[in-house]
Amino acid sequence: MSTVYEDRFADLAAAPAPGRQQQVVERLKALLPPHALLFREEDVRPYECDALSAFRQLPMVVALPETEEQVVGILKACHELEVPIVARGAGTSLSGGSMPHAAGVVLSLAKFNRILAIDPVARTARVQPGVRNLAVSEAAAPYDLYYAPDPSSQIACSIGGNLAENSGGVHCLKYGLTVHNVLRVRGYTVDGEPVEFGSEALDSPGLDLLSLVIGSEGMLAVTMEATLKLVPKPQLARVVMASFDDVVKAGDAVAGIIAAGIIPAGLEMMDRKATVAVEEFVHAGYDLDAQAILLAESDGTPEEVAEEIVRMETVLRESGATRIQVSESEAQRLLFWSGRKNAFPAAGRVSPDYYCMDGTIPRKNIGRLLADIAAMEDKYRLRCMNVFHAGDGNMHPLILFDANDPDEWHRAELFGAEILELCVEYGGTVTGEHGVGIEKINSMCVQFSPEERAAFFAVKRAFDPPGLLNPGKGIPTLARCAEYGKMHVHAGRLAFPDLPRF
Amino acid sequence: MSDSSSQAALARLREQVLAAHEAGKALRIRGGDTKGFYGCEPRGDSLDTREYRGIVAYEPTELVITARCGTPLAEIEAALAEKGQWLPFEPPSFGEGATVGGMVAAGLSGPGRQSAGAVRDFVLGAAMLDAQGRALNFGGQVMKNVAGYDVSRLLCGSLGMLGVVAEVSLKVLPRPAATATVSMPLDRPAALRLLNEWAGRPLPISASAWLGGTLALRLAGARAAVDAAVAFFAREHGAQQLDGEVHRFWAAVREQTLPFFDGLPGAGSAGAEPGAGGAASLPLWRVSVPSVAPPLALPGEELIEWGGALRWWRSDAEPRAVREAAARVGGHATLFRGGDRSAGVFAPLSPALMALHRRLKAELDPKGIFNPGRMYPDL
Ligand SMILES: Cc1cc2nc3c(=O)[nH]c(=O)nc-3n(C[C@H](O)[C@H](O)[C@H](O)COP(=O)(O)OP(=O)(O)OC[C@H]3O[C@@H](n4cnc5c(N)ncnc54)[C@H](O)[C@@H]3O)c2cc1C
Ligand SMILES: Cc1cc2nc3c(=O)[nH]c(=O)nc-3n(C[C@H](O)[C@H](O)[C@H](O)COP(=O)(O)OP(=O)(O)OC[C@H]3O[C@@H](n4cnc5c(N)ncnc54)[C@H](O)[C@@H]3O)c2cc1C
Repeated sequence: MSTVYEDRFADLAAAPAPGRQQQVVERLKALLPPHALLFREEDVRPYECDALSAFRQLPMVVALPETEEQVVGILKACHELEVPIVARGAGTSLSGGSMPHAAGVVLSLAKFNRILAIDPVARTARVQPGVRNLAVSEAAAPYDLYYAPDPSSQIACSIGGNLAENSGGVHCLKYGLTVHNVLRVRGYTVDGEPVEFGSEALDSPGLDLLSLVIGSEGMLAVTMEATLKLVPKPQLARVVMASFDDVVKAGDAVAGIIAAGIIPAGLEMMDRKATVAVEEFVHAGYDLDAQAILLAESDGTPEEVAEEIVRMETVLRESGATRIQVSESEAQRLLFWSGRKNAFPAAGRVSPDYYCMDGTIPRKNIGRLLADIAAMEDKYRLRCMNVFHAGDGNMHPLILFDANDPDEWHRAELFGAEILELCVEYGGTVTGEHGVGIEKINSMCVQFSPEERAAFFAVKRAFDPPGLLNPGKGIPTLARCAEYGKMHVHAGRLAFPDLPRF
Repeated sequence: MSDSSSQAALARLREQVLAAHEAGKALRIRGGDTKGFYGCEPRGDSLDTREYRGIVAYEPTELVITARCGTPLAEIEAALAEKGQWLPFEPPSFGEGATVGGMVAAGLSGPGRQSAGAVRDFVLGAAMLDAQGRALNFGGQVMKNVAGYDVSRLLCGSLGMLGVVAEVSLKVLPRPAATATVSMPLDRPAALRLLNEWAGRPLPISASAWLGGTLALRLAGARAAVDAAVAFFAREHGAQQLDGEVHRFWAAVREQTLPFFDGLPGAGSAGAEPGAGGAASLPLWRVSVPSVAPPLALPGEELIEWGGALRWWRSDAEPRAVREAAARVGGHATLFRGGDRSAGVFAPLSPALMALHRRLKAELDPKGIFNPGRMYPDL
């Protein structure tokens, strides 16, 4: 494995002391039935990674509790024995957020998969953490309501994981991220104490700890129940598909739509490499001559949609679109989207492996960053496809590589790190929606100063004094950043960690 | 404001913070002091943010504005209006001098909260002056970012207890293409029932206010959608479309200048004196509840906003009775203006949450210099 990899991985891979596993297993045996406790190598193997499969670590123990009492018991036992705990939902994190700790317990919440209540009048869903994102919208559908945040992984990912990552999706340009759609979280702190953040009212007294816990990557508390906001299903949705002969023009069209005062329900871009790859896969009739395709969705009442579609078409045409198609039916709308939605599996078909990045930049820099990425393809001798949430400036370059070739993986990592640095340089951030996890911990050194990181640690200490919840993720230590700084120059790029941003 | 004078203003703030930290002395952070009435009694030496002002960046196509804390809210609103944009959560100013830093620290939202979201939903990033006088940046200037803990949202409504909100980046939105206001006579239970029913349907309701048997709804969005909704409310509920300067009514709801608010300390309506008699002498409670909560059985007068989720009460009920009535339906009550503030104005926290508050305060402001006691008397 690469040096970058080993560096970031060292703390999590440190083997438990002799006899430690047995001690923890004995303790947990008293709390859990035998089938809910895994510790043999072959049994814990399925938990060694999340969807970022390049990073792997066998956990010491996996616990699969079935009752809340068991969760509390596990937390108390781990707290007392000072064992790291990594909460795990569906394991679809793309940043290694749920990757285990060699001397820790994976707390799987998969069995807490019940929707406890749907209240159509209050427009809320009360759910357990292991409920799949899409299941919430399915349960709300009979009331013409749905849960707005729709990560592409929504068939599989859990609400607990969505909260931890503050997940977003195609619709969050208009409907917000997870943080905008959650009213209340009930859970436990590291020592097994019950806590409740937010409420079913629109605000609660004291500091807004709900906002703090959402997006905290399982490092502040364990979610056991959430009250989610449901919103009315729009009566109608239609999508405009526009082709461009130049990615920069397509990027400018995105800014143009927003400048015209339109907030589309979704505004996504695919570059030519991506459309070619997905067209083979889904046969959506994409324009294979286009250098970039934009998908702009409008939703609302039929009157609103008709008005907005005309306005979007005008802007797209003025921005130099070479071809424009508007979906004429729901089936056609879904077909237009199918390519975008299947971009990841399509990437998996054209390359043995792909590394999905996640950075956000001001929209005006989209064209610039795409041009930079094209140059980096030569520099790192790897191909990169781009499918992303253009309306939010949330980029998802997919770097194609072959994991069987360690040098390719090494180059892919450096390629990714350089993209993230450019995101920061262009006024953006190192992660839009996938979280920092273990993957971007080094890039955090570029975005945050030592004082800022110290403040993050202060927040962590307030919630988790012994530092047992998902340790080693999210916030890099000073030592790690010093180390990264050295490697970084070695990798041939100057970092600007101390650029004043204030 | 020139860059060098704003840097000098920041340096002065920093020096004052450092000196206070050194001496372990309390600082009372203030902008325009329009919300001085809010929270528990302010203490400490005044730290005035108004010199550190100015819009740092505003690009309409990015839908983001970044401004220094002392920038008057009115200046921000004017800059946005020029480009057809606005702060859709409609923060109340409660006076002319309101600053953007105070807006974030107070965390209050106006009528637009019902449809657009709260202040915290629009804060993308913030810089904070910590107890050591250091400027720390959290969040960013882009819509989506999950790097590190979301300290910038934590600062929303923190009442300055964690540090000085020095600079903020806010998401802004285009103004709706069209708006209209309709009103209809409805009793309280019917208004609450219908508000919840409508909220579950794709209707462009952007604000609501019920007072004294009349419900007003503001509709906003595409022209066609607003017209269709006006027709719907006229047909189904006999609603009348209000014309004239209706925006002034919504401004009066937001700024608490309706006669309902008369006679309260800090309330903007002209001529009224505190304790002028009748409702005017009663304290104002802000009762935040789930929108489906049934009418609260409290003595006094009520103004209902946010689709039923925000209930303002002019009431002489015992504080305990108000808090219990709110808690019974899953909400909480704040003694917003007037009344006896010595025992605290916000609903008490659970022991677990209070412990987290104490630890956060101790970690970020170890000597307790920032607005001590403003949120909770012993915090
Ligand atoms: C093909 C694909 C497409 C994707 N598309 C998107 C996308 O469009 N948008 C997006 O935002 N993400 C996307 N993701 C990433 C991923 O699906 C999300 O981050 C998701 O929220 C993770 O949920 P999970 O249940 O799988 O969590 P896990 O991977 O199990 O865990 C993620 C993090 O959450 C923590 N956690 C989980 N449950 C709890 C709990 N109950 N309490 C406390 N902490 C907890 C874990 O400790 C870990 O830090 C995609 C992933 C894949 C594989
Ligand atoms: C909840 C509600 C209750 C209403 N009750 C009545 C009513 O009982 N009788 C009636 O004739 N019309 C009532 N109306 C209609 C409303 O007063 C006006 O039609 C609307 O505000 C526009 O008036 P304008 O353009 O003249 O505004 P302006 O006269 O410019 O109104 C703005 C100023 O008048 C005051 N004001 C406006 N509306 C109200 C109000 N409703 N209650 C108290 N002060 C107000 C405010 O101080 C504000 O600063 C009500 C409207 C609402 C939303």
